[in-house]
Amino acid sequence: MTEMRMRDAIREAMREEMLRDERVFLMGEDIGAYGGSYACTRGLLDEFGPERVRDTPISESGIVGAGVGAALAGFIPMVEIMTINFSLVALDQIVNNASKLHYMSGGQVNVPLVLRMASGGGSQLGATHSHSLEGMFAHFPGLTVVCPAFPGDAKGLLKRSFREPNPVVFIEHTALYGARGEVPDDPDHLVEFGRAATVRSGKDVTLVGYSGSVHQCYRAADMLAAEHGLTADVIDLRTIRPLDMSSVIRSVRRTNRAVVVEDDWKFGGFAGEIAAQIMERAFDWLDAPVARVAGKDVPMPYNRNLEYAALPSEEDVVEAVLAML
Amino acid sequence: MALEVVMPQMGADMTEGTLVRWLKAPGDTIERGDIIAEIETDKATVELEAFDAGVLRQVVAAEGDVVPVGEVIALLGDADEEMPEVERHAPAEKPTPRAVAAAAANADAIDETFGSRRVRVSPVARRIAGDAGIDLDEVTGSGPDGRILRRDVEAAIAARDNHAPAGVPTVEPERPAPPPPPADPARVEPLSRMRAAIARNMTDAKQQQPHYYLTVDVDMTEAMSFRRHVNLVLEDAQRVSVNDLIVRACAVALLSHPKFNASLTDDGIQYHQQVDINIGVALDEGLVAPALLDLAAKGLPQIAEESTALVERARAGKLRAEEYSSGTFTITNLGAYGIDVLVGIINAGQAAILGAGSVTERPAVVDGDIAVRQLMTLALSADHRVSDGAEGARFLKEIQTILENPTRLSV
Repeated sequence: MTEMRMRDAIREAMREEMLRDERVFLMGEDIGAYGGSYACTRGLLDEFGPERVRDTPISESGIVGAGVGAALAGFIPMVEIMTINFSLVALDQIVNNASKLHYMSGGQVNVPLVLRMASGGGSQLGATHSHSLEGMFAHFPGLTVVCPAFPGDAKGLLKRSFREPNPVVFIEHTALYGARGEVPDDPDHLVEFGRAATVRSGKDVTLVGYSGSVHQCYRAADMLAAEHGLTADVIDLRTIRPLDMSSVIRSVRRTNRAVVVEDDWKFGGFAGEIAAQIMERAFDWLDAPVARVAGKDVPMPYNRNLEYAALPSEEDVVEAVLAML
Repeated sequence: MALEVVMPQMGADMTEGTLVRWLKAPGDTIERGDIIAEIETDKATVELEAFDAGVLRQVVAAEGDVVPVGEVIALLGDADEEMPEVERHAPAEKPTPRAVAAAAANADAIDETFGSRRVRVSPVARRIAGDAGIDLDEVTGSGPDGRILRRDVEAAIAARDNHAPAGVPTVEPERPAPPPPPADPARVEPLSRMRAAIARNMTDAKQQQPHYYLTVDVDMTEAMSFRRHVNLVLEDAQRVSVNDLIVRACAVALLSHPKFNASLTDDGIQYHQQVDINIGVALDEGLVAPALLDLAAKGLPQIAEESTALVERARAGKLRAEEYSSGTFTITNLGAYGIDVLVGIINAGQAAILGAGSVTERPAVVDGDIAVRQLMTLALSADHRVSDGAEGARFLKEIQTILENPTRLSV
C-alpha cells in the first residue's frame, strides 16, 4: 500500500496499463506537454512518447470520434475530456456511436474506449462549467459509468476500465483530485464493476452516495454519531452503471431508512432512480420515505456563498435523517 | 379454476364494507353456504356466505380493511392449483367536498387535508405489526405527522409481551392527553356509520320521491280476538303479534296491488316478483329495517317465527346479507310506544311504506250505535311517481278489509 492523491492514483493506473498493453494510448486536450488540466497525465509524455500520449485540438466530438475509430481498429484508447461539461458537444459520438456499435453490429465489433472526464461544481467556475452529469450517462444502455470516491478505488476501477471491451465513462470529481488515500501497489489490483463498497457501518440509516457525495455522507455519519447518537451505513456505489442495488437493499432492509445524496439536480436525477428501486425492492422494510439530498434546482451560481448553498452539504444530509425519525 | 370472493352489495346504497373478521382461514375447505366472514356495513354486521365451494386459498382483504363493493376479498380454488396474483386493494378514501374544491382551484396542488384522517404507518411498521398481530389502531405514532414507526410497533409488542396477561392480544396504547374542552359547551358528535346511512337514505327518499299520505282507522276487534285464539294453539316461538297480522295483511294485499311492491327505475316501474317486507327495528344506536323474505306463500305462524328471529338478529347485529339488502315494501310500527298515528318516510327506492299506530280502545260507530272498539290507525306513504291517490286508497282499504275480516289472514 502507498498513500497517494487521487490524481496520482489515476496516473498510476494509466501508466501501469500502458506498460502492460501496448495497444493502450492516451489522447486529449493539453494532456501531453502540459500534463493535463488536472495534472493526471503529468510525466507520461516523457515516459511513453508522443505516439502514445497525444495532444489534440479543442474538438471533443472529433477526439471522441477518433477514439471510437481507434477502438474499432484494435487499439485501447483513453480519451480525456477536460471536463464533463465539454462532453456535451461529444454526446453524439458517445451516445449514438460508442455505446451502440457493439449492439448494432450484432456483436461483430467492440469499442474498448475509456473516456475520462472531470465533474462537479464548487470551484466558482460558473453555470456552464460546474455540471454533474454522471446520472445522464448512466441513463444510456451500452455505457459503463464509473464514479470513484477514493484513490484506491480510482486506480482499481480505471485499470479495470482498460480491460472492458466496450465504452466506459470514467468520471472524476474535481474536488477529489487532491484527496489522499491508501492505494494497493499490486499491478493487478482491479476493482470489479457493479460492486458497491460499504465504507462505514451503522444501524439507523443508510446513506448512499457516489463520487464526491460519498464524502458528504461520510461526514454526515460523523455528525450523526457525535451529535445525535445515530449510526449510519455509508454505501459508496463506485459504479452507477452497472448499479449494485443489492448492497443498498440489504442495508436498507436492516436500517429501514435511506438518504440518497448526489451533487446533480434532484429533479429527474439519478438519486430518484435509487429511491425508486428501494421502493420497489424494500417497500415493506421502510420506516420513512426515502429522502434525496441533491443540488438545488438552479444553474450553478458563480457567487461563492450561493454556490455553496446550491450544492448538497453534510448538514443537509443530517437534516434529512433527523426529519425521518 | 380460481373463484373470486368479492365484497357483496348488501343494500342499494352500499358502496363499501368493512371486513370485520375472517371465520375461515387459508387452507380451509369451504362448502357452498358456509359463513366465511363477517362484514360490517353502514347498518349492521352481516355474515358472508360462500356462493361457491372450494378451498380458501388466499385472503386478500385483511381484518379491518374497508373494501369497495365488488373488489376481491379472497380467492377460492382447488387445494393445489396456481393462484393468480391479486392486488390488495388500497383503502378507499373519498374526497371531501373541500378536497374537491381545492383540486378544482389548483389542479397542481396536493390538498394536504385529503385523506388526512388516514392512519400513517410506515411500511415496515405495518409489516411487523401484521406479523405480530398488533392492532395499529391501538398504537400511537411517534414519527413525523404522527406516523407509526417501527419503534412504536416494537414498543407495543414489548408492552404486550411484558405486561399484558397471557392470551390478551391488545396493547395498552399511550393516549395523548385529551384536548381541553372547547369554550362552546355544545357537544358535536360525528355521525356513526349507521346514523350517516339513515341520514342519507331519508334525505334521498324525501328529496327524490314525492310522497302522498293516506290514513285509515282499522277496527282490530275481530283481529285481536282471532290472534288470541290462534295463540292458544301455537307454540311460543310462533306466537303471533299485531305486527305479524299487519305483515300478513300487507303481503296478501300487495299480491293484488303490485304498484306498491315496485321500484321506479330509469326504464320505468319495476314490479318485483317476490314480496319481501322490511320491518323497522329500533336499536339504541339507530334504526334498521331487515326483510322478511318471500312472504306470498307464508302463513302467520311462519311469519311470526321468522319475524321474532329477525328482530333478535337485528338487535344482535347479526343480520344475514339477504335480509339486510332485500325488501320491496316496508312496515314501520310504533304501536308499542303508544303512538296513535305514524306517517313514515318511504324506504328509499321502494314505492310505499305503511305506518302503524297502537291498537287502542276508542269509541266507534257500529251498526248505528256508539260502541267501544279496538282501533288502529294505518298511514300509507306512497311515491306519487309510481301510484296515484286512488290506487293508494284501494290498496289501503284492502289492508283494512283483510284485518277486519281475519279469516282472510289465514288463507
